[in-house]
Amino acid sequence: MSARDAILNRLRHRRDGALTAPVSDFSVVTEKQWSDSEKLDLFQQKIESVHGEVHRVSKDNWLEKLKELLAEKQVKNLLTPLKAQVGVDTREALADGDVELLAYDQPIEGWKAELFSGVDAAITDVRSAIAETGTLVLWPDNDQPRLMTLVPPIHFAVVDASQLKNTFHEVIMSEDWVSVGMPTNALLISGPSKTADIEQTLAYGVHGPKELVVLVRQ
Amino acid sequence: MGHNASPQQNGVGEFHPRVHDAITNPQIRANFRKAMDGLMEKRQQAFPSDEELERTRELAAAIRLRALSKLPELLEKLEANLIAQGVKVHWAENGDEACKIILDICNGKNAKSVIKGKSMVSEEMELNHYLEEHGIEALESDLGEYIVQLAEETPSHIIMPAIHKNTEQISDLLHEKTGTQKSRDVEYLTAEARQQLRERFEKADVGVSGVNFAVAETGTLCLVENEGNGRLTTTVPPVHIAVTGIEKVVENLEDVAPLLSLLTRSATGQHITTYFNMISSPRKEGELDGPEEVHLVLVDGGRSNIYQDDELLDTLRCIRCGACMNHCPVYTRIGGHAYGYTYPGPIGKILMPHLAGLDDAKDLPSASSLCGACGEVCPVKIPIPKLLVRLREESVAGDHRHDNSVVKGRGAKRKGMEPLIWKGWAKMHKHGGLYRSGTGLATVLWGLLPDALLSKGMGAWMSCRTMPKLAKTTLHQQMKTRQQVQASDNNQRENAGDL
Repeated sequence: MSARDAILNRLRHRRDGALTAPVSDFSVVTEKQWSDSEKLDLFQQKIESVHGEVHRVSKDNWLEKLKELLAEKQVKNLLTPLKAQVGVDTREALADGDVELLAYDQPIEGWKAELFSGVDAAITDVRSAIAETGTLVLWPDNDQPRLMTLVPPIHFAVVDASQLKNTFHEVIMSEDWVSVGMPTNALLISGPSKTADIEQTLAYGVHGPKELVVLVRQ
Repeated sequence: MGHNASPQQNGVGEFHPRVHDAITNPQIRANFRKAMDGLMEKRQQAFPSDEELERTRELAAAIRLRALSKLPELLEKLEANLIAQGVKVHWAENGDEACKIILDICNGKNAKSVIKGKSMVSEEMELNHYLEEHGIEALESDLGEYIVQLAEETPSHIIMPAIHKNTEQISDLLHEKTGTQKSRDVEYLTAEARQQLRERFEKADVGVSGVNFAVAETGTLCLVENEGNGRLTTTVPPVHIAVTGIEKVVENLEDVAPLLSLLTRSATGQHITTYFNMISSPRKEGELDGPEEVHLVLVDGGRSNIYQDDELLDTLRCIRCGACMNHCPVYTRIGGHAYGYTYPGPIGKILMPHLAGLDDAKDLPSASSLCGACGEVCPVKIPIPKLLVRLREESVAGDHRHDNSVVKGRGAKRKGMEPLIWKGWAKMHKHGGLYRSGTGLATVLWGLLPDALLSKGMGAWMSCRTMPKLAKTTLHQQMKTRQQVQASDNNQRENAGDL
């Protein structure tokens, strides 16, 4: 008998007989509801509590704010999506500036060394965001691949206030992830990369970005 | 357990000397005390409402129990969904088989270097040793695991592997092994480790990770982490191998939301970790990164055995948050290594007797004061104290109470006269006459025996205690005398009243 069949066989023929599934009452999760302004406040407070930055901007001035932040953080080059509107707008706004625009337009194998050591920052949009935990929800794709939000030391994320949901549970259910079908990789990001493995002392940027900068467009 | 056991893994007979060493080591005492105090406080702050905590625990326990109640069906569903999405699924009866499966995958790819994300199951299997014995370098990339690996040790905590070391010890270690400057600046040390590991990520042939939750409904592997090494491990190398115990499966995607929330809050008091990484397939056509191949290795390793028993089953609900060890007065004082097994603390005490056999791990269920803190903080409500008592019974069992017991090595602590003495004790306490004559006789005999002999017979119990002195007469006799005296006093008083 294969290991698979032997294991399943043991599980099927329990010595103490079949088990009954208890009822799962999700009300403690689903009753968490906040108003729009509460959601935004909570989102900001949670991200800031883990060393992330949140800037409230408008749809008209967010690119100005971005330019300001890029200058302040001395970003020399910026990885941007080519298709997502956030990328298109950023590329247009920075076309004549000092920041070099980079694109993730080939498989990682072709430019691994450059991505790992030559990119200062990346900008992406998000699929949605979670107020309760200060979380960005991303489904990386061909235009905004997985390593884009992981390898560069600074990650700029552009969120619309209308994308804010109460909880992770609400995201899964309201966006109907099960029927839509899961992507290769779905991702929750809640702050910059961190560790407390050396004597409980927090340090940022251990493997991923040292800075997470969120622009919330209202 | 595995092949080539490391010095940390040989439990039997060495438990007491190890505990003694740990408890008399002021550095270990200080490092753990500080860390556990901090973790307890952070957890408390993460649950401002007792009511919310209690209801979420109820839900989480129900979710885990529901998953276990359908375990074989869910494992098949998980497998079918993963295969349909292009993930290869493997099954292993034990750690050795799982190691072999991983080695075969590596050899098939001509892999020379493996980069690892944190995985307690891989520690259980001693995967690193195995791969290295077969000429494949396995490098831990979680900072704590990296430190522990450089020190040639094993993790002392399931969430914070290097918690037993302070900054100075880590600085010295990194200096000696990797040539960094000696420094107490944690940012500097972390940045150095980042640089060292980034180079290895770029070159690694295979990434090996654990799994926190495996979702049957969608065929999704979920990983919880703060550092980003888990994401790098599962994205950069061309092959990703995830390895997990068969109990980690949950039924529905929505089930992971409350479990994730309880896991991170219970473990470190974080409202959520930096990353929650959900993987459902290898790189699809047109995608620009991610592994070309994803494998899942499902390991039994004694779990299907625990599964047979209604009471022991609760052990499998565990989501590996470590809250039980953070709140354990024994763990806080002796640290993780003194236990001598992969999983330390309360969860280790109820899990390792099954994975290693109770004959091997017989000291673990007794290494507890049964204070109950572990059961109170467990996010999935595992009745750990009850299971400790059950395993204590199993360890001295020899009668017919659990005849078809699933506990390997049952009765390992049963010795010589002990069962007979307890039988006699029980009999004496059930019969008044026997009790009175027995205690009377004991009182007389006790006074006749020399102290030294008594102390010797009591073993370790007397090493730091003074032998109690028995009164010359039993309590029953004393009460009788007192009643007689009172009666005669009353008589005298009454007589006096007549005057």
